[in-house]
Amino acid sequence: MAQLRDEGVILRTYRLGEADRIVVAMTRHHGKVRAVAKGVRKTTSKFGSRLEPLTYVSLLLWRGRSDLDIVNQAEVIERYWKIREDYTRMSSGQIMLEVIDQITQEGQQDERVLETLTKALRVLDDPERDPMLVAPAFFLRILELEGAGPVVDRCVSCGDDDVALVAFDLNEGGALCQQCRRGRPLSPEALLLLQRILGGDLGSVLTGTPPEGAHEVDALATEAMEVHLDRRLKAPRALTGL
Amino acid sequence: MYTGSLRRLIDELGRLPGVGPKSAQRIAFYLLKVPTEDATRLAEAIIDVKENTELCPTCLNVADRGELCPICGDARRSTTTICVVEDPRDIVAVERTGQFHGRYHVLHGALNPLEGTGPDQLKVKELLGRLEPEGVEEIILCTNPNLEGEATALYLARLLAPLGLIVTRIASGLPVGGDLEYADELTLGRALEGRRNVAPSEEN
Repeated sequence: MAQLRDEGVILRTYRLGEADRIVVAMTRHHGKVRAVAKGVRKTTSKFGSRLEPLTYVSLLLWRGRSDLDIVNQAEVIERYWKIREDYTRMSSGQIMLEVIDQITQEGQQDERVLETLTKALRVLDDPERDPMLVAPAFFLRILELEGAGPVVDRCVSCGDDDVALVAFDLNEGGALCQQCRRGRPLSPEALLLLQRILGGDLGSVLTGTPPEGAHEVDALATEAMEVHLDRRLKAPRALTGL
Repeated sequence: MYTGSLRRLIDELGRLPGVGPKSAQRIAFYLLKVPTEDATRLAEAIIDVKENTELCPTCLNVADRGELCPICGDARRSTTTICVVEDPRDIVAVERTGQFHGRYHVLHGALNPLEGTGPDQLKVKELLGRLEPEGVEEIILCTNPNLEGEATALYLARLLAPLGLIVTRIASGLPVGGDLEYADELTLGRALEGRRNVAPSEEN
């Protein structure tokens, strides 16, 4: 049995047997790992709340011949208190975790994904920031990392960068001019917001109340992520209408 | 390897949670050895529970068919406080404390967006339907202290608070008999947050 040390964010857990859980974590050096946390559901468990989703932990795992590792120790690196206390923040956090769970493969390491996730969780945990645009902005950054970031500074079809962009096509992967328009209409406010998010102005976008076009960007980013994943996300649908 | 009926029993037992093929085989051979009346009693108990058990029409706990559950049927229990739990087994856990004298409501699950479980899959409408007829004044959110349970409690709190009810959440703290040094930050943090005054009050 090999011992394995790493750190990562707990993405989700499944019940296993009477008192155990399978913990899925996005780690820094080993990509997504799945491990059994024995006895974690008992009130006297040494792990306590450390292996709850939305926690950034340092892990000590045993790796045997089985597909599943075994959690030996867990220490909290960062805990996002405010996310757990606010329904809207918690929902956004869970939606982001679902995306990471879907987009990453076991054993496929990508530190940038973990960095983006922890940064987004820190912003989501900041009570001074409105949570509305955190998840959509996170989706767009992840799409960029995956090489599938939407093109919003020129027409994705004809390449003209000196025309008004009026539509957005998910399959094409970007904004379109009047001549090439397809897909859904795109308001100037939403376009500006997309350009600011993807252009490195994310900090100011997330300050204060959500700007105009935020709902449109939210819907668009979610759909763009679903097109990229080629499957529907469960969390946003389960949580709609709240 | 085994006869038809024994094979069938092993297969059926093997479907039970936590029972693997080896355990199924052991139980099957045990049942083969026990007196016929013992085996019949077990078979009848299984049939009986399936035929004569349904959900209590009020709290959705497990109850005998056509009847209220023992708690809703007990006139001595207060109707003004409802303790909301995820699962009928949680009622047993709370009842063991002997500290709660109101009634319950079973949600039959918790919000788990990653599994696609949203509020529509929980028995929330049934809870809302009880508030006025029963004159409910307080709702205790007694869901599990994990992410799903917390999300459910936050959702219900947001839904119920505007209705002018007292909405409370069970406290989180340290298990009695445990050591502080092993407590995780969240539990210990919440225990500190929910600390209480132990100095004798001036009245006493």
